[in-house]
Amino acid sequence: MALLRVDNMTHYFGGLRAVHKYNLILEPGHIVGLIGPNGAGKTTIFNLISGIHTPTEGNIELGGSNLIGHHPHEIAAMGLGRTFQNLLLWRHMTVLDHVKMACYSQLEYGIWGAFFGSRHCHKEEKRITAKAMHLLETFDVARFSTQLAVSLPYGAQRRVEMARAMATNPKVLFLDEPTAGMTPDELNRMIAIIRKIHEEFNVAIFLIEHRLKFVMELCERIQTLVFGEVIAEGTPGEIKNNPQVIEAYLGKEDIH
Amino acid sequence: MNIENSTSQQDKKTIRARLKTFLAPVPLIGWLLGIFGAVLVEYFLGDLISYYFGLPKIPVLFGFLTVLKKPLLMPGTIGYLALVYGVPILVIAKTLQKPANRIADFLDRGPVTVAAFVHLGLLYGALHFWADLSDYRLLVLKLTMIAIMLTLSINIINGYMGEFSCSHPGFMALGAYTASAITLLLFTDDKQFGIALLPAALGPYLFPLALIAGGIAAALGALVIAIPSFRTRGDYLAIISLAFLFIVKSVIENLEFVGGPRGMSSQPHYSTLPVVFIVMVLCIWIINNFVRSTMGKALNAVRDNELAAEAMTVNTRKTKIITFMFGAFWAGVAGGLFAHVLRYVNPGSFGIQRLAEILAMVYFGGLNSVTGSIVGAVSINVLGEALRPLEIYKWIIIPLLLIVVMLVRPTGLISFTEFKPKELMKPRHNREEGA
Repeated sequence: MALLRVDNMTHYFGGLRAVHKYNLILEPGHIVGLIGPNGAGKTTIFNLISGIHTPTEGNIELGGSNLIGHHPHEIAAMGLGRTFQNLLLWRHMTVLDHVKMACYSQLEYGIWGAFFGSRHCHKEEKRITAKAMHLLETFDVARFSTQLAVSLPYGAQRRVEMARAMATNPKVLFLDEPTAGMTPDELNRMIAIIRKIHEEFNVAIFLIEHRLKFVMELCERIQTLVFGEVIAEGTPGEIKNNPQVIEAYLGKEDIH
Repeated sequence: MNIENSTSQQDKKTIRARLKTFLAPVPLIGWLLGIFGAVLVEYFLGDLISYYFGLPKIPVLFGFLTVLKKPLLMPGTIGYLALVYGVPILVIAKTLQKPANRIADFLDRGPVTVAAFVHLGLLYGALHFWADLSDYRLLVLKLTMIAIMLTLSINIINGYMGEFSCSHPGFMALGAYTASAITLLLFTDDKQFGIALLPAALGPYLFPLALIAGGIAAALGALVIAIPSFRTRGDYLAIISLAFLFIVKSVIENLEFVGGPRGMSSQPHYSTLPVVFIVMVLCIWIINNFVRSTMGKALNAVRDNELAAEAMTVNTRKTKIITFMFGAFWAGVAGGLFAHVLRYVNPGSFGIQRLAEILAMVYFGGLNSVTGSIVGAVSINVLGEALRPLEIYKWIIIPLLLIVVMLVRPTGLISFTEFKPKELMKPRHNREEGA
């Protein structure tokens, strides 16, 4: 059974059709890529699935339960972790607090425990601190744990964001342009990190990317989105040689 | 001590550094003992010392009032302050440094509650004897403690969650009126509610319940702002909260059974110094627990980026409701205490003037910081009282000071820090001693 299943999802922003009859089947442990030119609606698809917008039509299921109408935080707690294209880090919070914050839905103490500093609350805080430190080590940012996340170098910020997404215990991880603004060196490092996450945490990954090298190397299946519609779907080899994809990316051959 | 020294004055810096190394090994309990000693000196010898310095009486508020009224008494006042406060504090703190460190060490090994009780007990003792010398001091002290609660509670909303709420006097009014109505109805014979329903002797014991009822009333009122906050933020929410303040004020003005514009008076004298002190300590403790927990840090996540907070499983709506209700609750409790300190409430005391005062305290002290709130509330409140002889100029000096602080430190004196009582009470051993 598919882990994440999107059926015939359509979305309008006012009169603008942003996404048209979009389908996705993500099996456990797979890596699927979504490519397409700027403004094709890739991030909109992410936002629709993660609950930031509600699709006009269509159905979304994660592990058998319907996601339509749920708040983003509920969807996240159900097992959909994500990162953002423009790094939405919290300005005044330390790296450690970032990752601890993502454990919010796993906290077992209530509001009264927090008010009165109950023993249970302290125990839980210790537990998620240990968990967060472990994740920070996995992503090689543990040495920054007490610093403000926004003060780190760019590559490290990306890794903090990734650690934060992993702290929500996701079954599916959405990565929105994980290599945006990275040098080729950092890009190779990012590929290694994503491979590592994939193996170590056994998550399915759905990613948006512009750099074909990155997508071709990582993904088992690729969808190409143009003006809100999937024009091609297949293995990296198929996509690379698909004339429609080449047209969308490079323009028509017979230029006058 | 936080103010950066100007770089040009080299020798001054070394003096400061030397002073710092001289005083650094004194633990908090040492300072508290020093303050306690100084207060005792004033309590027993104050009259005598002030007589020898040519002062008409003991300077009530660190000599500000005396000096501002009669500038010629300045040398005498300074001498008095040095002899009564400066010397005993320094001498006791420094001579008792070693035993104080040993006590701190002992307390550090035990549970933190015991250590907190010892420290707070000393602090309370000092404040008690200090305030015992004049009723004016007592009043200022109580109002300052209430101001600390107000500043902390607005810091939850304006600082930790970053919404600009203007309705704090409204919450305070709800608390003040609810608590007053309960105590007047139950425990006193007064013109508004008739004879007492319960024996007056029960009053002081049930007073906490009246305060909590006031807090709950304020928290329910806060829903009026919390629910719109799901959809609006920033300036628009600020306008809504301002509207709430005016609604509360005019509703109270037009409700005849709580006295309308005349207000209510002759509340029983329940807000004694120990009561106010205990409630304030509880308030600081609970708020500090909350903002240091991950659940409390969710407020920061909502402030810094709501979208990211949602994506990281934070229930932002619940967080907003909790924040507004929690902040309003403590404002309501503070309002209840306030009404029983002045033993009089009227709608006029919960207007824009009060709002300006609360906002000044929180922004002066520092956003997102418990320490900052305490510092802000104490300094603005004490300054407001101390500069009273200047009359109208007071309202020029304090705002100017606020502007200067905002220029030098845009987020307030002490902002974005965590208040860690355990660290604060730790022994301060010298390096070689600690080894």
